[in-house]
This record gives sequence, C-alpha cells and structure tokens, in this order.
Amino acid sequence: MFKKLLCFTFCFCLVIGGIAMGAAEKPRYGGTLVFGRGGDSVGLDPAFETDGNSFMVCDNIYDQLVTYAEESTEIIPDLATKWEISPDGLTYTFHLRKGVKFHDGTDFNADAVVFSLGRQMKEKRVKFYRHKWEFPKDQPPPEYWLSMEMDKIIDSIEAVDDYTVVFHLRRPEAPFLADLGMDFASIVSPTAVLKYGPDFKSHPVGTGPFKFVKWVKDDKIILEANKDYWDGRPYLDRVIFRVIPDNSVRFLELKAGNIHICQFPNPEDIELAKKDPNLKLVSQPGMNIGYISFNHTKPLWQDKRIRKAIMYAINRKAIVDNIYYGLGTVAKNTIPPIMWGYNDCIIDYPYDPEMAKKLLKEAKFFEKLKEAGQTKITLWSMPVPRPYNPNGMKVGEAVQADLKKVGIDVELVTFEWGTYLKKQREQDPSMDLFQLGWTGDNGDPDNFLAILLDGYADPNVRTQWKNIEYHEIITRAKQISDKEERAKLYKRAQEIIHEEVPLINVAHSLVIWPMRKNVMNYKLHPTGSVFLDKVWLAK
Amino acid sequence: MLRFIANRLLSLVVTVFGISILVFLMIHLTPGDPAEMMLGERASKQALEELRERLGLNKPLYVQYGLFLSRLLRGDLGRALRTNEKITTEIAERFPATVELSIMAMIFAVTIGMTAGIVSATRQYSIFDYTSMFFSLVGVSMPIFWLGLILIIIFSLKLGWLPLSGRISYTVHLETITNFYIIDAILTRNWQALKDVLWHLILPSFTLSTIPMAIIARITRSSMLEVLRQDYIRTAMAKGLTPRIIHYKHALRNALIPIITVIGLQFGILLGGAILTETIFAWPGIGLWLLNAVYARDFNAVQGGTMLIATTFVTINMIVDILYAWINPKIRVS
Repeated sequence: MFKKLLCFTFCFCLVIGGIAMGAAEKPRYGGTLVFGRGGDSVGLDPAFETDGNSFMVCDNIYDQLVTYAEESTEIIPDLATKWEISPDGLTYTFHLRKGVKFHDGTDFNADAVVFSLGRQMKEKRVKFYRHKWEFPKDQPPPEYWLSMEMDKIIDSIEAVDDYTVVFHLRRPEAPFLADLGMDFASIVSPTAVLKYGPDFKSHPVGTGPFKFVKWVKDDKIILEANKDYWDGRPYLDRVIFRVIPDNSVRFLELKAGNIHICQFPNPEDIELAKKDPNLKLVSQPGMNIGYISFNHTKPLWQDKRIRKAIMYAINRKAIVDNIYYGLGTVAKNTIPPIMWGYNDCIIDYPYDPEMAKKLLKEAKFFEKLKEAGQTKITLWSMPVPRPYNPNGMKVGEAVQADLKKVGIDVELVTFEWGTYLKKQREQDPSMDLFQLGWTGDNGDPDNFLAILLDGYADPNVRTQWKNIEYHEIITRAKQISDKEERAKLYKRAQEIIHEEVPLINVAHSLVIWPMRKNVMNYKLHPTGSVFLDKVWLAK
Repeated sequence: MLRFIANRLLSLVVTVFGISILVFLMIHLTPGDPAEMMLGERASKQALEELRERLGLNKPLYVQYGLFLSRLLRGDLGRALRTNEKITTEIAERFPATVELSIMAMIFAVTIGMTAGIVSATRQYSIFDYTSMFFSLVGVSMPIFWLGLILIIIFSLKLGWLPLSGRISYTVHLETITNFYIIDAILTRNWQALKDVLWHLILPSFTLSTIPMAIIARITRSSMLEVLRQDYIRTAMAKGLTPRIIHYKHALRNALIPIITVIGLQFGILLGGAILTETIFAWPGIGLWLLNAVYARDFNAVQGGTMLIATTFVTINMIVDILYAWINPKIRVS
C-alpha cells in the first residue's frame, strides 16, 4: 500500500512538474539550429541513399505515406490520412491528404506516390491517374528497396483517383506498412526529379517541414522552414547540418556555443557534458543488438545445454560497463525494449559460472570437443567498431577470460572486415562462436527476428539456426495484419529464443547526445531519424 | 634547356604510368572482398553478386587494369561508388579549400622558417640559434592532432580570439564563384567575409605549417652555413662589404637552390590534402574527402584520388626541377 502511495505521489509530482514547466516554457518561433555531425550526407534523394547522414537531412525535407510516432516505432498517418487492408492482406488502399504542395509549388497527389515508389521497381507495373510521366533511365540501384525485398513484396501500384493509391502485393506481408515509413519510401516531387535528373540528389524537393537551401560539400547543408507545411510551420527558421569530423572538436564547438547538438560524442566527453551548466544530455536505447552466436552447422553446438552453459559463463554486465563505457544495456531479448512486441516477462540468465560448469559436465562438452578433434574453441571477433559493439576485440578478450574460468580455452580469431563477413556467411568450419549484430530498419520485430534467426526461411540468415516451431511462428506473424496477434506471436518467438539459446544477446547500445540547454523538445527517435519540426530554441 | 624539359616530361609520363600500376595493385591486391565490405551485415548473396558485376570485380585482374588505364588515358577517373558522382567533379569541388589552406601554410612556413634559418646561420651558436633549432626539432616531431587541439583550446576556447573550426562562420554570407573563398570575397567586395575567411584560416594553416616550417628552417640554416664558408664570401668580406649585403645578396642567393627544392616538395605534399589538419579543423578539402572514401571503402574514389594526387605531386616535382635548372646552369648540362 505504501509503495502504491509513493508511486502515486511521484506520478502526481511529475504531472504537476510537467504542467508547470510547460507553462513556463512556451514554444518560440525563430532562430537557427546548428546540428553538429561527424560526416556529410552522400546524397539527398532518399530512394538511393543508405547512410544515416543522408537520411537525417531527408527526414526533414520529405514526408512518407505513414510515419513513426514520437519516440516509438508505432505507425501513424503522414501523407496518407487513413488506409484499408483487404482481408487476404494483399491489397493496401491509402487515402491521401488533400491540399499538400511540394516545395516547388507543384501538387502532391496519388500520381506523385506512384512515381516516387514506382521509379524504384525493377518491372515498373504502375498506373498513373492523370499524368504520363516517363521514369528516369540510368538510375543507380535503389539499395534499400532491394534490401527490403520490395520487388518480391509489391506486384503493382495504382493511382485510382487524385487522392487514392492502391498497392497490390504478391504475398501477405504484415511489416509492409512499417516499410512505407522508411526513408526510401519518401514522396518526392516528380516534376523536380524529371527536371534535375541525376542531380536531384543535390536539389531535393519534398513536402516536408523544411526546404532545401544550399549544400557546401563536406561542410554544411542549410534548410529553411517550409512556412506552408501541412502540419503547421516548424518553430525554427533555419537548420544547418554542419560537418565536424573529429569528435573532440565537435564537442568543443558545442561547449563554445557554436553548434546546438553534438552527435556521437566521445564517451569521456559525456562526463564533461554532465558538469557543464549550459549543456544537457538526451539519451535513448538504440534500435540494435550486439550478439555472440554459435556455428549451428557444427555438431558440437547442437546440444542446448552447452549453449546455455556458455550463456551462464559470460559476464555481460561487466562487458557493458567496461567496454561500452556504460553506453548500453544488457540485452535479455534479441529485439530492443523500445520495440512493440518486446517480451518483458522473460527473466534473463544470470552470470553463474558454477551453473555453466555443471551444464558442461552434464552435456559431456569436453568429451564432445575431443571427439571433434579440438582442444579449444574459436571466437571470431569483429575488427571494426559497429553501432552495436564499440570494440569487438575487447569483447572477445572479455569472453575469452570468462570462458577460461569454466575450463574452456578460447582462441580469438579476426580478419579484415570484408573477409570476416564473407567467411562468417560461409559458416567456416573453423568457426565456433562469432560476434555480430544488427541495426533495425523499420521498427518491426520481423526485421530482427526473421532476419537474424529464421534459418529455414533464407540462406542469407547469418546464424543459420533452424528451428521448425520458430520458423512457423515467424512466417505466420508475417502474414497476419492484426498487430495484437502479431505481438503475441513475437513474444512466443522470444520465449523460444530464450529457451533454445541460438545466440547470446549481449547488449543494445545506448545513444546519448549532448546539446545546449536552450534546445527544447528534441526527442531522439529509435529508428535513428532526426525530426526537427517540433524543436524550438529558448532564449 | 628545351631538351632538359622534354627529358623531364618523358620521365614524368613513365612515372605516372608506374604510379597507375602501383595504385591499381594497392587497391586490388589488399585482402578482403570490396563488395562484402561495402554492403556490410545486411548484404544478401544476390546483392553481392550484382555489386561485383556492376563494379567489374568478376573480370580478371589484367582486364580490370586495362579498363582502368584506358579510362585514365581519356582523362576519366571514373565515378565515386558512394555518391555516383564523377571523381573529377568531387575533387574539383574540394580542391580550392585545400589549395587555400596549403598556400597560407606555405606563407607561414617560408616566412618564419627562412627567417629563423637565416638568423640562426648568421648567428651560429647564439641563444637564438639554439632556441630556433630546438623549436624546429619540436615542430617536426609534434603530432599534428595534438598541436591542433591545443591551439584550438588556447586560442579559440580560452582566449576566444580565433574561430574553432570550419572555413567561414554560418552567420556570414558569401556568394561563391571560384570556391576560393578569399578570391570570392575580394571579387564580391565582401570585406566582412574576407576578414572572417582569413580569421578561419589562421589556426589550421599555422598547424599545417609546423612541419614544413621546421624543415625549411633547418635546410636554410645548413645551406647558408655552407655557403658562408665559401671563398667568395671571404673575398666579399675582405672587400669590406657590409654583412647585410654579404648575407642577402651573395650568400642567400646561392643558398636558395636546396631551399627551393624543399619548398616545392613540401608544397606538393600539402596539396595532396592534409588529412589530419583537415579532420581536426573540419576543413572541407581533399584530405577529408580521401579519408571518407577510405572509410566508405569506395575503392574507385581512393584509386582516382590517389592517382590525381600522385600526379600533382610529380608534376610539382618536375616544375621544381625545371626551376632548379633555370637557377643553376650546372644541372642543365649534366
């Protein structure tokens, strides 16, 4: 009872505090926000880009049919106000927002949607309603469209009238809606694409909250407010994305007040930012997973007791504290906690070397190792830092020491990055354990659980783990469109992962960005998108 | 003299051909599959195959080299894989920034370096000599990264005299014509921008100048000392000429020959893009571009960029050689 009361009081204070703060801080129009980042955009045509630095600018110039809610991966209306999905899951009908204009003054309509997505199709099975646009030739390959297998999902796109678009699918695909919220599915001005040709990527025209002004390569990109934005004009007058490659210098620029937000600071600088009265920190768990998996093609790793023993033997908290510098959370599931369908009921394996020894003995691990003609096992570790793992070799060393404590000798193996990925894909027989990870694309659990673990579905799946029950659940979850049902299936899938331990979930990295205190209402988004239309600068 | 120049040109062509082989092999014989590296974790087998096909990586090495060379002869460095932009365009956009920085750095290096060298030589074993030679040793061995950060912390953060990084303040508007900001500011008579641009140049160019400055100081000193020991200097002294005339008219002219060579070489190196300085000071030049190309595993850009930079370097070398011959007739004959 006391606990409940305490909780109630706390919540009450929060609400009152929130109201009080809200009253004191009324959003203010005007000002230029300078966003400091490590690298320049590659291009600004969202269909052909693959990197975060390009997408973060595109996020503010373009809209999609649907988008993600604040700080979550829930799908909400954007340029489409509502949609219907046929009972067989094969037809998606979108009703579009009326009266929206592109930055070049042309109208946004169903034909623009058909053009924006149709230009990425291999076989252009599209139907315009009013226009007869020719698609540009000699385009670079639309990497994201290809990697999301859109040609296998979409059969045809049709504009039924000015404000209705129908997508006919080849197979039921529940994550399809989430795919349409991604940057590659942004709606571009067909007139501008046809006018600029390949140069469209340096002259982007969308319907978004900011208009493109100027790009000085490797230096800055300037955007200005779209005063006629359909969702109300953004608070900021201008946004400048400045390239400052060195992390320390970028942080010094923030301290000096020349930039407002500093992306990807050095971990040491985060401590300094905490002490600086002019700065604040905004953080969020990243939509990623760093894991260690087994070579499931080898007989040695077929016994789940052995896999569990390895899980018990590794001190993951120590890894997160010492190698991630605390910029991460220990992962108990493969999908990150910010994602819908996350199974919070799962109780994580503790660090328990004694339990590990017991299980290894039970499963006769050392006898099996001898049978396989090995005296030690190998752990492949990444040669490069990745968003989900700051230092593969150091994590490897930590695991090596942990496994030594339960009597397993580990040899660390690494290759240059390209070779590493190639040999891992081939499930090289000399590989026992390997480290890798994943960064999510569209916020759908399928984007983690199928891609990483459903070995039956695709030979490209990195773990090549094959479990028929898991495969059936994942396949079923892909085909039904009811989100509640899907969430239940994904929760069950996570239970199977927990029980079978096809991989060891190590950590989700944490994204922490320091910014000036006067940057208000900036919210990090799990997809890594940078939305600035609701951000304002206090005096 | 014409024959000398023709000879030099011929050897330039041979050198550039050699460079093309080296650059090509350097990229293609390093271990690792470029397609795997470019696509990363998310690559499917199909996507990998398509990329290899598109990049021509499936063809035998000599065919790939042949294609590279034939494109090169037509002045086509290819397109950067990352941006799909022509490499020549990408470099042209960034070259002015590097040239501006390099020239400014050379101005610092030559004026300070030569002055220190001359004074040290004429006052050998004086306090000034020891101090300047000590600093020139420090200058050569100081890590640029560290020096850049220290200068930023002192002059920008603590004293607030100079800007931290970048080429121009975002609050200053400058209409760009040539992309050489100093020239653009003068052409458009935008004096506020000119001041801002010069202000931004000071720290990075000074940081960049430390190594060439130290080298120039040392070379000037030793070359001057050698000349000062010559008989004709003794004759000049015996004639009763003032030390000023002896040092600057008779000694310095003759001492200049090795100094010019060093200046030329150093300038060539700077034009290749100062990766560290450009990274620290967020200077959008060639060095930064090349570094990004390496990070992105854009082997077309690395190949094209290295080729161009190496060619610039040998060309400058050739120009220095010709200048050298012009100053010193003995070379022409040999």
